[in-house]
Amino acid sequence: MNWDWSAVGDFMPHFWDGLLVTLQALALGSLIAFALGLVWALLMRTPTRWVRWPVGVVTEFVRNTPLLVQLFFLFYVLPEWNITFSALTTGVVAIGLHYSTYTMQVYRAGIEGVPVGQWEAATALSLPVRRTWTAVILPQAIRRVVPALGNYVIAMLKDTPMLMTITVLEMLGEARLYSQQHFQFTEPLTVIGVAFILISYPASLLLRALERRLVR
Amino acid sequence: MSADTNPVPANELNANPPVDGAELIRFEKVTKRFGDNTVLDELDFRVDSGKHVTLIGPSGSGKTTILRLLMTLAKPDAGTITVAGDRLFPAGEKEVREVRKKIGMVFQQFNLFPNMSVLRNVTEAPVTVLGMSKDEAEARARELLDLVGLADKCDERPSRLSGGQQQRVAIARALAMRPQVLLLDEVTSALDPELVAGVLDVLRDIARTTDITMLCVTHEMNFARDISDQVLMFDSGHVIESGPPEKIFSDPEQDRTREFLSAVL
Repeated sequence: MNWDWSAVGDFMPHFWDGLLVTLQALALGSLIAFALGLVWALLMRTPTRWVRWPVGVVTEFVRNTPLLVQLFFLFYVLPEWNITFSALTTGVVAIGLHYSTYTMQVYRAGIEGVPVGQWEAATALSLPVRRTWTAVILPQAIRRVVPALGNYVIAMLKDTPMLMTITVLEMLGEARLYSQQHFQFTEPLTVIGVAFILISYPASLLLRALERRLVR
Repeated sequence: MSADTNPVPANELNANPPVDGAELIRFEKVTKRFGDNTVLDELDFRVDSGKHVTLIGPSGSGKTTILRLLMTLAKPDAGTITVAGDRLFPAGEKEVREVRKKIGMVFQQFNLFPNMSVLRNVTEAPVTVLGMSKDEAEARARELLDLVGLADKCDERPSRLSGGQQQRVAIARALAMRPQVLLLDEVTSALDPELVAGVLDVLRDIARTTDITMLCVTHEMNFARDISDQVLMFDSGHVIESGPPEKIFSDPEQDRTREFLSAVL
């Protein structure tokens, strides 16, 4: 195997483009996963069965089918109904939606972990339900689940290469394109491999530190 | 009773003190079951305004359940509960909300909000429920925290305080809503022995200087003797004996009361 530093140099401009797309997809996908997961978790706590039941069915469906199938469905099937988004938007929505069905379970555990005495104190002070959620329950619940949510961000980072399959040129997409054009596979694939570990390993160290601080 | 006829600083703490001695709380044939276990069995009792009533009795006799029913943390299975003439049960959600504002509660486990400063624990409900301005609520909260001896802890997080200090904050928090009734649920049971006195002193102070009606479940018989106008002895969901503390503690009529007291005193 020959290692060619000049190929690394040639690839780097493409690498930066791919990195930017990967980080965009990760940031936006995380936002969707965090926000939508909280919405699911709260809807699953409404007293009406007619809300809980459909939310339960949809989220179970999304969680138990492969992300890759969902990507293909959104990218190839929706346009047949004249619903079209850019490849990146489709990818971000798919990954955010998919992971929201995991974060909802994280939120649920966080909410259930708030001691019942907190609800009782809020009732004793006549706090309205909405205020009880926003000022008392959610701040405590979310603090507990930040490390678990962070783990899903790392998992999402490692799933971003799937977006390549719907033509998004994130890191792996750029590497493959370069490889096919120059018949040099080792250098670009190594570069992005190193890039993944340089992002995800410090991130997981950061999360561990955060966990020690936030979770008693 | 209007403010000018009432010389005690109670007006500071109590928005609308009702006429002293009028009936404030009434339970009629209240039944509460947990599964097969009947905790309260067609219980009747009343508490007059301004009185300090202590509920004593063996654990599981339903004392805490009474407080929880009043605070609407639990619902009775049958019977009626009224507070200051307004129905608390059975009643609609809107009525319950109004009646609930007249009642404050201090819990065994304090239940302070750990995500808020001490000061914000005390101002949160006055601002969001009573619509008080932030400045006014903070000024009052500082007074109340001063009353419980914690004026210097306003900016601390509850977790930095001792159990006794946390419980005193919880008392200030309950008083900030100007309740007519204060429910005290074994407020010293979770405290280290050396911290009990500080909390009881604060409560004695409040009992002496205000006309807030107090309903108190406690195992501190000396405290009960000190502050109570009336002691109710519970057993198996019934009031088996009631009277002034001097009578109950020194010359109870029921054997069951005598047995209980000799076990705890």
